[in-house]
Amino acid sequence: MSILQHNGAAIVCMAGKNCVAIASDTRFGLSQQTVSCDFQKVFKQSDRLFVGLAGLATDVQTLRNTLKFKREPALALYELREERVMKPEAFAALLSHMLYEKRFGPYFVEPVVAGLKDDGSPFLCGMDLIGAPVYTDDYVVSGTCTPNLNGMCESMWRPDMGPDELFETISQCLLASVDRDALSGWGATVHVLTPQGVTSKQLKGRMD
Amino acid sequence: MEAGYGLTTFSPSGKLPQLTSAMTATNEGKTSLGIKAKNGVVLCTDKKLSSKLIESADVHKLEKITPSCGFVYSGVGPDYRVLVKKARKQAQAYYLTYRGLKPIRALVQDTAAVCQEYTQSGGVRPFGVSLLVAGFDDEGPQLFQVDPSGAFFGWQASAIGKNSKNAKSFLEKRYNEDVELDDAIHTALLTMREGFEGEMNEHNIELGVIGEDRVFKVLTPAEVKDYLDESN
Repeated sequence: MSILQHNGAAIVCMAGKNCVAIASDTRFGLSQQTVSCDFQKVFKQSDRLFVGLAGLATDVQTLRNTLKFKREPALALYELREERVMKPEAFAALLSHMLYEKRFGPYFVEPVVAGLKDDGSPFLCGMDLIGAPVYTDDYVVSGTCTPNLNGMCESMWRPDMGPDELFETISQCLLASVDRDALSGWGATVHVLTPQGVTSKQLKGRMD
Repeated sequence: MEAGYGLTTFSPSGKLPQLTSAMTATNEGKTSLGIKAKNGVVLCTDKKLSSKLIESADVHKLEKITPSCGFVYSGVGPDYRVLVKKARKQAQAYYLTYRGLKPIRALVQDTAAVCQEYTQSGGVRPFGVSLLVAGFDDEGPQLFQVDPSGAFFGWQASAIGKNSKNAKSFLEKRYNEDVELDDAIHTALLTMREGFEGEMNEHNIELGVIGEDRVFKVLTPAEVKDYLDESN
């Protein structure tokens, strides 16, 4: 089994009308054995930008720390130097650049980036472990049950959903997908980003 | 002052003679000026040549740094090329990381930092150039000046090099912030003509413009001639 599958994860991002949602499960496991049910895989970068990291937990946390402690001063500098917050497009490019820098000894993570652009429209991006980006305008998935998530999103996603409908849709897609995956689930976290702010909710999932 | 390989040092009166000399070199250079309009920026420079045998078409004083930013200078030409090379490289490094054009202010700050470094390092002398930087980004049209000391300023209209004092007072009288780019080009030519030695033509000046399309363009001699004819 791939090292990307070792700890288990399910992350999905969806675009709505002037809103975007990102959801993840909360399981941390060692192959089949579940160790904890409150593992964070989605990280806030700003009020308009979240990143989800699926893959090897140690690398998830290392990359998160790198983003926090190496990039945050850089980000703070970026913000001071340019007198503006980093756009999602720039952040995705930066993350892709960071991953490709480790081309021959990569972090075993497959990130997704969800954000709102300057005009309030959604920005979605997924990438592989060496930073090859893919930009979508509907949904993007990552983790150990991507076939399930893709199938759910294909049948449930519709264009121009409002924040409430988007929340409902992304939550149902995630919960239904992890029920058919042994390596993810055990609770979920959902964030909905709108130009007005972020709403974050914890979902209870099947615990068996 | 004795020549040496040491640091640029303060004189007892608190001045940095090296920098004063660098500014003198700048002020001895050919005039360059820039005007920020409502919807763009224009740069204009005198490129009179020391001999009429020189191929004027091969002399470029206006340089594109990113698609949306251009430089022009007054002072020591070869020094300018070093700054242009460094600015372009920094802009490319930025593009590699962020996949976007480097904002004008960041470009100016970094270039000014290079100038500053050369006032405090051993074995080097300050740059003998002042720069005018024109660009258009999310902040709108912008015009900056960078001096050999590393000081930089944002301007609505400015001039550097020989005759810059007169040109600046001319611009002060003429400037109006609601001006359109086309009118600003004419004002630039008019200002340049004041104090221009000899007759101005499309071969002895250069014009660079950036408008709302955010593309910095150095005008061809034919285009410069059209503007000159219009303003005659």
